[in-house]
Amino acid sequence: MRPLFRFNGGIHPPQHKSESAGQGIVPGPLPKRLVLPLHQHIGAPAKAIVKPGDRVLKGQMIGQPQGPISAAVHAPTSGTIHAVGLHALPHPSGLQDLCIELWPDQEDRWIDRQPIEYREKDPTRVLDHLRSAGVVGLGGAVFPSAVKLNPGPPGRVPTLIINGAECEPWITCDDALMRERSGEIVEGILIMRHLLDAQEILIGIEDNKPEAAAAMRRAAAASPFPMEVVVVPTVYPTGGAKQLTQILTGKEAPSSGRSSDIGVACFNVATAYTVHRAVNHGEPVLSRVVTVTGNVRQARNFDALIGTLLPDLVALAQPKDDTDGFIMGGPLMGHRLPALDVPVVKAMNCLIATSPALFKPAPRPMPCIRCGRCAAACPVKLQPQDLHWFAKASNFGKAQEYALFDCIECGCCSYVCPSHIPLVQYFRHAKGEIWAREREKKAADTARERHTFREDRLEREKKERAERLAQKAAAATAQAAGDGAAAQSKEDALRAAIERAKAKKAEIVPRNTENLPPSTLSEIEKIEARRAQLREAAATKSLDQKED
Amino acid sequence: MSSPYITQPTSVNALMLRVLGALVPAIGAYVYFFGPAILVSLLLASVTALLCEAAMLKVRHYAADAFLVDGSAIVTAWLLALSMPPLAPWWLVVVGTAFAIVVAKHLYGGLGSNLFNPAMVGYAVMIVSFPVPMTHWAAPETLAAAHLSFAQDLRYMFAGVLPDHLKLDAVTMATPLDTLRTQLKLSHTLSEIRRLPIFGTLGGIGSQTVALMYLLGGLYLLFQRVITWHIPVAMAGALALVAGTLHGIDADHYASPGFELFTGGAMIGAFFIATDPVTAPTTPKGKLWFGAGIGVLTYCIRTFGGYPDGVAFGVLLMNMTVPLLDAYTQPRVFGHAEKETTRGKPQ
Ligand code: SF4
Ligand code: SF4
Repeated sequence: MRPLFRFNGGIHPPQHKSESAGQGIVPGPLPKRLVLPLHQHIGAPAKAIVKPGDRVLKGQMIGQPQGPISAAVHAPTSGTIHAVGLHALPHPSGLQDLCIELWPDQEDRWIDRQPIEYREKDPTRVLDHLRSAGVVGLGGAVFPSAVKLNPGPPGRVPTLIINGAECEPWITCDDALMRERSGEIVEGILIMRHLLDAQEILIGIEDNKPEAAAAMRRAAAASPFPMEVVVVPTVYPTGGAKQLTQILTGKEAPSSGRSSDIGVACFNVATAYTVHRAVNHGEPVLSRVVTVTGNVRQARNFDALIGTLLPDLVALAQPKDDTDGFIMGGPLMGHRLPALDVPVVKAMNCLIATSPALFKPAPRPMPCIRCGRCAAACPVKLQPQDLHWFAKASNFGKAQEYALFDCIECGCCSYVCPSHIPLVQYFRHAKGEIWAREREKKAADTARERHTFREDRLEREKKERAERLAQKAAAATAQAAGDGAAAQSKEDALRAAIERAKAKKAEIVPRNTENLPPSTLSEIEKIEARRAQLREAAATKSLDQKED
Repeated sequence: MSSPYITQPTSVNALMLRVLGALVPAIGAYVYFFGPAILVSLLLASVTALLCEAAMLKVRHYAADAFLVDGSAIVTAWLLALSMPPLAPWWLVVVGTAFAIVVAKHLYGGLGSNLFNPAMVGYAVMIVSFPVPMTHWAAPETLAAAHLSFAQDLRYMFAGVLPDHLKLDAVTMATPLDTLRTQLKLSHTLSEIRRLPIFGTLGGIGSQTVALMYLLGGLYLLFQRVITWHIPVAMAGALALVAGTLHGIDADHYASPGFELFTGGAMIGAFFIATDPVTAPTTPKGKLWFGAGIGVLTYCIRTFGGYPDGVAFGVLLMNMTVPLLDAYTQPRVFGHAEKETTRGKPQ
């Protein structure tokens, strides 16, 4: 047995997994309309490369990745592009963003799929392939996998962790995937291992998913590279990448850094699956497993096409009559959807239909009684009761000092608080406030910088013009005067000019040369002397020049 | 509303109810050994606390419904009533409780904001202002020279009148801690003193059983996770350690650790008073320092000071250190080095 480690606190909310688990993955609908957001991942949005009227095939790229951190978007089925325009996204604010609307022709015709032989290819080719296959982290972070799989210097990431913890209540999409497609997940893991050149593979699964763990064990046993399925205790938020890493390795990813800093890369099981489909079958990410559960008659895991509008999807699960809304994600970290007319996106792992009976409104908050339960439950070992105090008092400096930005918004603190204080809301608000202030400050700084820059430019241009004139003038003087005497007087003039210039410079120009070594200082003196000479010469000759 | 959308089915109310429940065994023992008068004190204190609470909530424009039933005022009332002598005159209980709720709790900001433990403020003010009635402890019924009926108890508490043939001395006696102190002053050795009828195996007759019941209730609170182990263990441990050391040096003049733990307010202090979350530190290390501080102070005040017990003043003194303790005992945040001045930065 591998020794397991613990993170601080955590909670044991009612699981509600049985509603949807073990029912098998059901194909989602092939609807009349698909809405495909161009920005479903972290990084730059993809650029639309189709226009209305274009006919596309299933798997055809319709959004091209832009910049180093980005991912492609594909047509999940064949059909006609109907529009490229704004559509609401499944975002808590009901935000609109650029989407491609596709009208399927119901024929579901594939493009020519091109698998690649990853062992023989240069890793950068494989990464490019993943990038154009739209592979992103499907655990919720939707970070482009090609970026994370870039190995860097050899041996940098010896440990590959595959996250099958799925710790939030209600969600069973990874469970279903592991039960049914463990072999393909393992194929994907092998590709990831190859790219990272990892030496150790750990697959973490919570002990509330014995079937999934057994399936993964069987598949892992058949793998040519050893990989260990580690069953971990069921504690929320074990599925957090940093938490799972700590449980399996005892290592803490540094607050300001990444997991790779401690030699670990962590990927979700569903991501491994899509890596396999992309590389070994040439199939980009066109669908994902979405749990639809909660206040429904038939909670299921659907293999839903990206872009499926939610009304089309949830209808299959038959929401009950008293359904009053939907949560995307789990009840602890998810968010309520302001409207249902939004598409399935790569980040969507779960939809929970809510009813007043199933999700009772939180009781009225009472004052904090400093009971410390929140701190005891916090996996990051923060002091939520202090942060709450600082956030409430808008004492953002103090909140940052108490590591507000290390808060992963897991919700453990709010969950356990006997006073029912919406702590996480306070923290989100405080972070937002701080960001807003930073942005304001940055904007002000940029404006100031721009202003200074312009002043500098004007000054420089003036100087340059003066220098040119001075050169001409000097040449003229040299010609006019006799050799020796002229040289002598020139030197005198130069020295005098230097003195004057120095005095003037010291008067008006703020200097940042105080802390430089003497050699540099003397060099600067010389340069300035030269400049002063030219300026001096120019001054005499260019009095009639217009100011700009 | 943003996430989380679920919360644990717990409330301040539920916590306070458990604290009250955990006090019940001790109250039972109290009634058994000292008569039912304590029930009257408890009732008086509760009614006073609720009235004061309601008045203060109204003055401060708080929603009376939620706060009045949060149970915190009753907990304060009970802890205060249990710290006062049974047979305390009614006004002593009422004034003490009123002071605790109005001044120590609400004038300091109400639930969650008060710096000092309200019950202990009430107790301290009473013992400073009215030292005589505060030290008239009812004698355990087995030891009392005379026996009061419940009606006579009530008459004494409300009218200050004892049955004609009785003097106060017949129904009250010095507490074990007081006895110990006076007898030591009279140059008796500890082993002689402990042979007095008032003492049992652990502490005083009667009061030692009550202390055991506090321990039992405290363990229940621990088990129910209403409190954590840090403060009780640190306080009892520090008290026992200091007592043990001095007892080891001079067993004739310094009482044993067991005696110190099971007399006076040590047990109720360790499990019920010092653990009041509002006035205790929140960090584990802070709680340890806090508890240990109370333990040491309790011992010093008992042994070298002028007051009958040291728990109340120990708690109040340590209350003052709480902001400091919290600030200096912050646990290391996940992914941070042990010592770091600036922690999180906006990404
Ligand atoms: S759990 Fe709630 S009441 Fe307890 S300390 Fe934290 S914020 Fe305060
Ligand atoms: S939401 Fe933040 S403060 Fe609360 S428990 Fe999670 S990490 Fe800690």
